[in-house]
Amino acid sequence: MALPKYTETRYRIWHYFYITICTFVFIFLIAPLFVIFPLSFNAEEFLVFSEGMKNLDPDAFSLRWYKDMVYGTKNPWGLAAKNSFIIAIFATLGSVILGTVAALGLSSRHMPFKGIIMATLISPMIVPLIISGVAIFFFMAKAGLAATHTGIVLAHIILGTPFVVITVTATLSGFDHSVTRAAASLGSNPVNTFMKVTLPLILPGVISGGLFAFVTSFDEVVVVLFLAGLENTTIPVQMWTGLREQLSPTILAVATCLIVLSTLILISAELLRRRSERLRGINR
Amino acid sequence: MSNETKQILTTDGIPLEISLKKAERKNKIKAFLLVAPLLLFLIITYIFPIGEMFTRSIDDKMITNMLPKTFKSMETWDGKELPSEEVFASFLSDFKILVDKKEHGKLAQRLNKEKNGFNTITKKLFRQVKRDKIDETQSIKEQIMKVHKRWRNVEYWQAIKRTAPPYTSAKYLKAMDMYLNEDNKITQVSEDRRIHRILWLRTVEVAFFVTVFCFLMGYPIAHLLATLPMKYSNLLMICVLLPFWTSLLVRTASWMILLQQQGVVNDFFVIIGLVSDDNRPEMMYNKVGTYVAMTQILLPFMVLPLYSVMKTISPSLMRAGKSLGGTPFIAFWKVYFPLTIPGIGAGCLLVFILAIGYYITPALVGGASGTLISNQIAYHMKTTLDWSFASAMGLMLLGGVLVIYWLYNKLVGVDNIKLG
Repeated sequence: MALPKYTETRYRIWHYFYITICTFVFIFLIAPLFVIFPLSFNAEEFLVFSEGMKNLDPDAFSLRWYKDMVYGTKNPWGLAAKNSFIIAIFATLGSVILGTVAALGLSSRHMPFKGIIMATLISPMIVPLIISGVAIFFFMAKAGLAATHTGIVLAHIILGTPFVVITVTATLSGFDHSVTRAAASLGSNPVNTFMKVTLPLILPGVISGGLFAFVTSFDEVVVVLFLAGLENTTIPVQMWTGLREQLSPTILAVATCLIVLSTLILISAELLRRRSERLRGINR
Repeated sequence: MSNETKQILTTDGIPLEISLKKAERKNKIKAFLLVAPLLLFLIITYIFPIGEMFTRSIDDKMITNMLPKTFKSMETWDGKELPSEEVFASFLSDFKILVDKKEHGKLAQRLNKEKNGFNTITKKLFRQVKRDKIDETQSIKEQIMKVHKRWRNVEYWQAIKRTAPPYTSAKYLKAMDMYLNEDNKITQVSEDRRIHRILWLRTVEVAFFVTVFCFLMGYPIAHLLATLPMKYSNLLMICVLLPFWTSLLVRTASWMILLQQQGVVNDFFVIIGLVSDDNRPEMMYNKVGTYVAMTQILLPFMVLPLYSVMKTISPSLMRAGKSLGGTPFIAFWKVYFPLTIPGIGAGCLLVFILAIGYYITPALVGGASGTLISNQIAYHMKTTLDWSFASAMGLMLLGGVLVIYWLYNKLVGVDNIKLG
């Protein structure tokens, strides 16, 4: 963004003002995440930077909160992490399967009532979470699924499918349907065509939808708070309880791990996005 | 006409038109069958329960079912003077059934909500019934009236009559701080008890300002990201995407650390001399905390749609505007800005709708003055267990969101929403 030499002074000033504002906004966005890192290595129990930490004294840093997270007595994080992963994996699988199949139907030009059906399918994304929570709770309570893993997985499938539907229909919009016809004319049955031709081509969309669904489930707390019993606690629920009662450094250790995880997810999502852009570029 | 022109036939002798229609229908069914599993699943587990929220929110059948005979005989009562002997008799017989089923307590509780004082007089009547003190060969009206003087008061009988309809709008009125008074007129509750209206207003206010802040902060950086060369913008994009993918609770936790009284932000203020060390402002557990945290958390939802729209605007348009004699500001305002309106619409809609239903962040950093309507809904779901009231408020919120969504669809079109 180098300015041309002939730029007038007032525009020059404006330009630097603009850059400064942007810098502050970027700091505002990203800095809060970095506060957590150093504090999670705090040797003391308080959530402020101690004098020792400010002077970079090695004794002021320790891994005790990470140890507490893993080995701590009556510590809930192990169970919570196990539950979170189990629930998120099954919810992702469910959302991806249901969502991809529905997206295939939706992007067919023969689909009747496309508008209203699409609106219904993505409604869980538009309706505020708290309302979804109440509604899903009523259903699960009636079906006897409250406080079960199955109930929470089903709830997260509801919340996750809109993302899969949206990403996969977006991928399919650039999809050349003549390749499936070519496959059919060469004698392939529809299932085989889907597995061998369509799926590999739309895979980036499917996976990135799956990533959205995974993160939605892994991060979801409002609905789980309504549904979960003590046995089904998840990481977000545990963090919620922890934050409500008392901010302990152990939570920061967990938060650091979650940031590392989200960085990994971000990287894979970015790689996928680029790949799918490249593929779409070839198709055009 | 069509009989005269020769119909085109397919090889198996069926008219082409019919054959085509058949194929078309087959394709339609095929497409629909693909969507059906998800559609059915959502209708059963999600759309129906939302409908159930509605029936729950207007349901008032409890007393209707408890006092069937009483309400039947009350139909002819004008409601001005004490009801007739017949009403008293049927009330007693309904009441006896309730005593047998041990449900008279529930009745008292519900009636007491309608009018204070029912608890005592129902208990007294219960004792009389339990000891079989009421002689059914004599005037039941006289005997019930002797149990407590309030049974002689016509207002109590009017209150019972008011509970007769199986449906009620009371929960919706309550959410607006109103109620139906004795004359069936909508009345406001006394001023010191109007809590819900404040919450609704605050929710809209917070959602509105968070949207404005997000727009003011998101627009410049989206513009920067869209105009910088790829290798820089990719790096900066991480600043937007990393918070986007990070857990909401992690981000809320980091704001709790930053904003606490001994926190980093206050430390910074002290260092630059904005506030004195012993006079650190409270930035958490109030509206400030809610605003700051929600703005940061929702900012990526503003930046991403803006960015995806700005990316498609060719830089030569701005150059053309400038070369035609516009100053950079005019070129921006007349050429660039109008082109970004779909992105602005999508971003603002997303942020506003997400903000209006926010629950976690206000509950953690909002304190008493920063909580929103969702917190009230959760409170009634989990603490008071008044599910019908929670449903009523939830549906009002949903109604608001749908109106906004509909407006947006009219103005900009929903198709412009993009993810990342």
